[in-house]
Amino acid sequence: MEKVLLKNLGREGAHTVDSYLSGGGYEALRKALGMEPEDIIQMVKDSGLRGRGGAGFPTGLKWSFIPKDAPEKYLCCNADEGEPGTFKDRGIMEYDPHLLLEGMAIASYAIGAHKAYIYIRGEFLFAARRLQEAILEAYEKGFLGENILGTGFSLDIYVHRGFGAYICGEETALLESIEGYRGQPRKKPPFPALSGLYGKPTVINNVETLACLPAIVNRGAEWFASIGPEKSPGPKIFGVSGHVERPGLYELPMGTPLREIVYEHAGGIREGRRLKAVIPGGVSAPLLTESELHTPMDFDSLAKIGSMLGSGGVIVMDETTCMVKTAYIIMRFFSHESCGKCTPCREGTTWLKKIVERIEHGRGVPGDVELLESLCDNIFGRTFCPLGDGAVMALRGVLKNFREEFQYHIEHKRCMV
Amino acid sequence: MDEKTRREIEGKILPKYRTRRSACMASMQLVQRQKGYLTKEDMEEIARLLDMEPVEVEAVGKFYTMYNVERPVGRYHIQVCENLSCSLMGGEHILKHIERLLGIKTGQTTGDKRFTLSVVQCLGSCGTAPVIQVNDDYYENLTDKKVEEILERLK
Repeated sequence: MEKVLLKNLGREGAHTVDSYLSGGGYEALRKALGMEPEDIIQMVKDSGLRGRGGAGFPTGLKWSFIPKDAPEKYLCCNADEGEPGTFKDRGIMEYDPHLLLEGMAIASYAIGAHKAYIYIRGEFLFAARRLQEAILEAYEKGFLGENILGTGFSLDIYVHRGFGAYICGEETALLESIEGYRGQPRKKPPFPALSGLYGKPTVINNVETLACLPAIVNRGAEWFASIGPEKSPGPKIFGVSGHVERPGLYELPMGTPLREIVYEHAGGIREGRRLKAVIPGGVSAPLLTESELHTPMDFDSLAKIGSMLGSGGVIVMDETTCMVKTAYIIMRFFSHESCGKCTPCREGTTWLKKIVERIEHGRGVPGDVELLESLCDNIFGRTFCPLGDGAVMALRGVLKNFREEFQYHIEHKRCMV
Repeated sequence: MDEKTRREIEGKILPKYRTRRSACMASMQLVQRQKGYLTKEDMEEIARLLDMEPVEVEAVGKFYTMYNVERPVGRYHIQVCENLSCSLMGGEHILKHIERLLGIKTGQTTGDKRFTLSVVQCLGSCGTAPVIQVNDDYYENLTDKKVEEILERLK
């Protein structure tokens, strides 16, 4: 498949505006600005594009919730990329920042926003600087600012750096953070489409989602819809990490089977070992085992088997991996990142971590697995935002497949592997 | 806070936003860049400048893990990722190796104030694990030897 999102990955100098223009850059913006905003929204609906941040919500539909007559609206690009196992947006921002900016300009025009923010995690300083340079270049060339390409449309894009908080990937926490507050999620409804940044209608889209837009405008909705499965089409970036021969980013059609990603593109398991488990979409996604590797990597196929595509961050674990330790690392992460706003998540993830930690360190007691399961039941569906659910889904995924390893740890005070 | 910093906040940060409070994150980042951490006085000054209460600035500072609130760090702040992909690729070993080389434990600063060692959650560089961040820079695909070379250069 011809690459759309990662065609410049690793290419020296690709991030400059001149390089981007030489590859036909900003032609899609020119074309879009000649269209009616409603027609662009329809085009994105027809393309079948679904949000690449993890939730898979149809992008065109999200845009259509924005009231047309509102005088002040915002676009926010979610570049928080905090889900462990995910490193795709960084690839786009470092090597093709103008692809993101062009996508943002198209989206802003479609929804009628004149100000847009890129919320980028604080650690990605290099990418933030790249974006800032690209923004300045885009202003100089007339792709941003007042009266863009003589069309009368104006847009300013600003970079807002986060500073270490996974929760800010949740869209309303992200908005709180831009407004200068602790990044804690807001109550929904009202949804950001009606009351978002500064209480104004706001669309929040992931980097990869926005980066799909120039190609959709250039080549048409039908072209995009023809790639991959009918209900979640398009190109998708899979980031493969862990025990594989060739970890890295792979842009493939949505729906590529997990087996093909792990064994063909990422070169299979390191040192000829056997695969034990794969997390398909960042640590929140319940892990899969050998028998599920035929699953197509798209939103619906993974949901059907009780997991999720999430961010497409694929973490591969070979036979030497202790699954109790894996669970411990994931629970430690969630308890650390719980924002503290609601009790089931704040207290629940802390206890999940404490119990898995004592099992991992040989201090588990009989009944601990059942205690974990009961905690999961009391967290899931009772938290303010999906963070607590993510912790539960991850742990349930490990327990479902590797319960005996937990029992072994409790009984023998050491790993089974 | 010196006059230059104040001017930068007024001239470059505040115009990006609709409210003064929105400049709080970036202002704290700017001040922290100058000396590596934030004092109570810094946060009080930022609060005055942005029409906030000092406790509101402090609440933001303590929520986001990259702000070193009243926590001086060494000239080089080494942050080792302890999340899953890095762990699978030997992240804990890298952490122990750095502890041995610097003669400090995680969370400590060397006596000469040159290095502070911390563990962090996912740095978003999982395909090139194990990864550490030293101040602004990422070091990826680490091995014992690479770590030794990096520390030698910074000593």
